[in-house]
Amino acid sequence: MIRINCPYCGERDHSEFSYGGDATINYPSLDASEKEWTQAIFFRKNIKGFQFETWHHSNGCRMWLVVERSTVTHEIKSVKPCHPDLQKVVENNK
Amino acid sequence: MKTRRIDNYGKINRDKILSFRWDKKSYKGFEGDTLASALLANNIGIVGRSFKYHRPRGIFSSGVEESGALVTIGSKDRRDPNVRATTQELYNGLEASGQNAFPNVNFDLAGINNYLGRFFAAGFYYKTFMGIPPLEWGKGTAIWMFFEKFIRKAAGMGSASGLPDPDAYEHAHDFCDLIVVGSGPAGVAAAIEAAEKKLDVILVEQDSLIGGNQLAENDFDNSQIKNQLENLGIKIMTRTTAFGLYDNCVVGLLERVTDHISAPNVNIPRQRFWTIRAKHIIVGAGAIERHIAFNNNDIPGVMTVNASKHYLNRYGVLTGKRIVIATNNDSVYETAHQLSEAGANVTVLDSRTNFEIETNKSFEIRKGYVPYNINGSKKIDSLDISKIEIINKSETINCDQVLLSGGWSPAVHLLSHRGVKPKWDYNNACFLPSDTKENITMVGSSRGLWNKNDCIASGIAGTTDALNRLGISKTNYFFPKPGGWKNPIQPLYEVKYKKSRSKSFVDYQHDVTTDDVRLAHREGFISVEHLKRYTTLGMANDQGKMGNIIGLSLMAELLNKEIPEVGTTVFRPPYTPVSIGALSGRNVGKHFRPLRVTPMHQWNIDHGAKMIEVGLYQRPWYYPKENETLSDSYIREASTVRKTVGICDVTSLGKIAIQGPDSTEFLNRIYSNGFSKLQVGRARYGIMLRDDGIVMDDGTSWRLAENEYFMTTSTGEAAKVLSWLEELLQTRWTDLNVNVTSVSEQWAGVSVAGPKSREVLNNCVDDSLVVTNNNLPFMGVTSTFLKGNIPCRIARISFSGELAFEVYVKSDFANTMMDLLWVNAKKYDGCLYGLEALGALRVEKGHVTAAELDGRVTIDDAGLSKMASTKKSYIGSAMRKRGVLKNNDREILVGFFPTNLKETFNAGTIVCEKNNIKGQGIGRITSVTYSPELGHWIGLGFVKGGLDKWKDTNLVGADPVRNKQMNLKVVSPHMIDPKGERMYA
Ligand SMILES: [Zn+2]
Repeated sequence: MIRINCPYCGERDHSEFSYGGDATINYPSLDASEKEWTQAIFFRKNIKGFQFETWHHSNGCRMWLVVERSTVTHEIKSVKPCHPDLQKVVENNK
Repeated sequence: MKTRRIDNYGKINRDKILSFRWDKKSYKGFEGDTLASALLANNIGIVGRSFKYHRPRGIFSSGVEESGALVTIGSKDRRDPNVRATTQELYNGLEASGQNAFPNVNFDLAGINNYLGRFFAAGFYYKTFMGIPPLEWGKGTAIWMFFEKFIRKAAGMGSASGLPDPDAYEHAHDFCDLIVVGSGPAGVAAAIEAAEKKLDVILVEQDSLIGGNQLAENDFDNSQIKNQLENLGIKIMTRTTAFGLYDNCVVGLLERVTDHISAPNVNIPRQRFWTIRAKHIIVGAGAIERHIAFNNNDIPGVMTVNASKHYLNRYGVLTGKRIVIATNNDSVYETAHQLSEAGANVTVLDSRTNFEIETNKSFEIRKGYVPYNINGSKKIDSLDISKIEIINKSETINCDQVLLSGGWSPAVHLLSHRGVKPKWDYNNACFLPSDTKENITMVGSSRGLWNKNDCIASGIAGTTDALNRLGISKTNYFFPKPGGWKNPIQPLYEVKYKKSRSKSFVDYQHDVTTDDVRLAHREGFISVEHLKRYTTLGMANDQGKMGNIIGLSLMAELLNKEIPEVGTTVFRPPYTPVSIGALSGRNVGKHFRPLRVTPMHQWNIDHGAKMIEVGLYQRPWYYPKENETLSDSYIREASTVRKTVGICDVTSLGKIAIQGPDSTEFLNRIYSNGFSKLQVGRARYGIMLRDDGIVMDDGTSWRLAENEYFMTTSTGEAAKVLSWLEELLQTRWTDLNVNVTSVSEQWAGVSVAGPKSREVLNNCVDDSLVVTNNNLPFMGVTSTFLKGNIPCRIARISFSGELAFEVYVKSDFANTMMDLLWVNAKKYDGCLYGLEALGALRVEKGHVTAAELDGRVTIDDAGLSKMASTKKSYIGSAMRKRGVLKNNDREILVGFFPTNLKETFNAGTIVCEKNNIKGQGIGRITSVTYSPELGHWIGLGFVKGGLDKWKDTNLVGADPVRNKQMNLKVVSPHMIDPKGERMYA
């Protein structure tokens, strides 16, 4: 079982979280072209090793998190809030 | 009956006699016995029939590796098949029976399969698909289907009761610094060392007693160890198997709480399924002795050497009188000595010619000899032996037991669960655990250490390793080298039989012989994973704990390779079987999943509601009067709504509070239609698209104040919509100052619909002016009070097409609101209506719900193009215009009438052109109802090209599942009041 160290709640089972997706996508602006949106929505790298992905602490604090996880071993290197302001709060409280 | 129990041996409690039944006859045993030891003590040799050939089988081991003594315990709804007699503790009144035999294990009619062996060779089942071998007679699946039921019956082991399990099971959780698996010398040393270094330790032991293989020693007493462990605060869990290791040092345990008790307390669960989250895991799971393949090596009376030592010293059972031990290693000599001291006549065949061993000469050692063939069928009469140099029968020894030791396999299973491949050790002829970066350390004989002092040293080293990895210490340590016998082991896996048709078993449980392995090789199944599946070697209960290495060695020989080049199959959890009951725990029956009820749930039931599940929610389905059926009831309810007024609980809709200065901008981005100009005190119906341009959900948002909205979502999508809004605010639009909060549980909602709905509300609100057409126009919102000073929110929203209102109060006031509305609705001959009538009303009106918005439908497909703003960009606005979604061949929302208005149809009906009734047709019906207003059945659904294309064409509805077909015509989805005059009234 993957254990995720939520910056707000502490280390919890992955069953408390919902998987989001690729955390590195820069979503285009709403008025961007179909081509840009297609690129953002449908094209994904199939990474072997560490990748950044979003997880939602849906049965916890409801925070969206960026998790750096190995797709080979499930090892987790880092967990941060997605929201930059929350990231700062967490950094300052370390 | 003569007993094999002997005086002055064993740790059983001879003062406590237990009676039990085996195959319907009564026997006696002692407290501390397993079923296997009690059967052996009672001189019962045959305990089952083998899987394919129905050969008589006895007890091969004294532990979890057992592949012969699989029996059925209990009766009726507590019948538990395929239980290892070797690990089942005896209790008073235990009922057990042999399996896979008719009428019984001693006389089994299907024993004839033994002589049809060549038809049951490896891959038999697969070959049957191709026709019955050898002539491939009746090739094709029909013949397989015909024979399958006979084959399954003949080849099955025990059978389940087929009745609901009456026992309770439970899931439990715990945390610790260190979990130690196995209470042998290594595990105990590790646990003590760790507890002394202040770690929080759990020690897990699958046996009822701690001690591991020391329990087979005649002078072993575990009471002192137990005291020491307890005094150090170590949590000892006996009768508990660590069945699997998972990510992040999570360990799955199965605790057998009452399986050893004759009349367990009904308030105690039978088994507990534990999830342990540890910081480090030490595995001292021991090693398992292997057998040797030679002809008739399965005759009852064959056993591993270590098992007979257990039966002698733990249970006081001398398993044979004239015993031949066949070995290739040093581990058997202590046992040989003890067996002969206990009164047996012992001969040791050692395949090695050149070695030194110290003995007291109480038994004979035949150097350079191996077992060749057992004579006998239901019991051993004698053993033919062979010299190792030239394999052939050289002489015959009269005996009643043959004990085997082909070497020891460290139990690397748990480490294998983590994907760590073991490495072959040539010196010790076994797989040893490899190192892992994870916090797991192997100790004791599961890392190939054969003597006790090395095991203890490895336990202490293991804990030092754990402390170092946890950053608590930085101490040097070393593990003793694998091995520990005076003389090296000589690899010996099979003694080849010279005659054809040998029955040299590799895997006892599945009747896999050495010939089967060779056949698999001839037919090209040479990868170990293929070999396993083709021959079934190493499957089921025992997972090849005894026989796997023999199978690998045979394949290595055939391929002219070494064992490590052939590889090993991956062990997967569970280490030993876990019951389905333990997996489900308390999540059974009503507790299978959470149940959600609305605050007026009981009120609805008290007023005659029949309930239906919608997702997790219980919602009123219909409110039958006297003898009304479902259709009588919903037709009356829907008609009443259209005629006067009806009240319906809509609390299950998702409700989200949206607050903050950027709320309007936020809604304007997530909804496809414009929200920037929505005034305070107004609501708007909105559609949300996904990024890819497909409809996600629909609902309403009410502007309560400048910076505050109340959003409703569909019942089914409520959780998804909230997560989606949070994702957007936390990941994409982090500059927006908006807060979203679920308030679904906080508000109770009701729909008041029908021409008299305003009159009803008039009587219920404090200030009747608030609901006039001027003050509360269509899509108007007000925050006001119901009589009795109950704060409420009212929106004039219609799902039915009638004049209608949604009223929300704090959940605590739900019943008061219902009482108030109901008293007043009755004055207008109103009714309570449920989901079925709600559905009828919305289908008549052409409103889409989850049945239509199924994740494939665009806003245009749903006929809601005018809800897609052209003046702004929003989520999905770019993607909804992509090519495939603009295809004019797409299925568009329409209404359906049966051509013959007396006919009915069902949702799921496929719409086809008249002379082309096949495949997916040109469309589908998604929702149907009887329309009280129109007086016949109507449907909503989709058809390629939509209404314009098929308006005047006769189509056919095909419903092959119900064997139904009807003529259809396509109509506008807005089947009543298309201009919406009633809603605006
Ligand atoms: Zn959290």
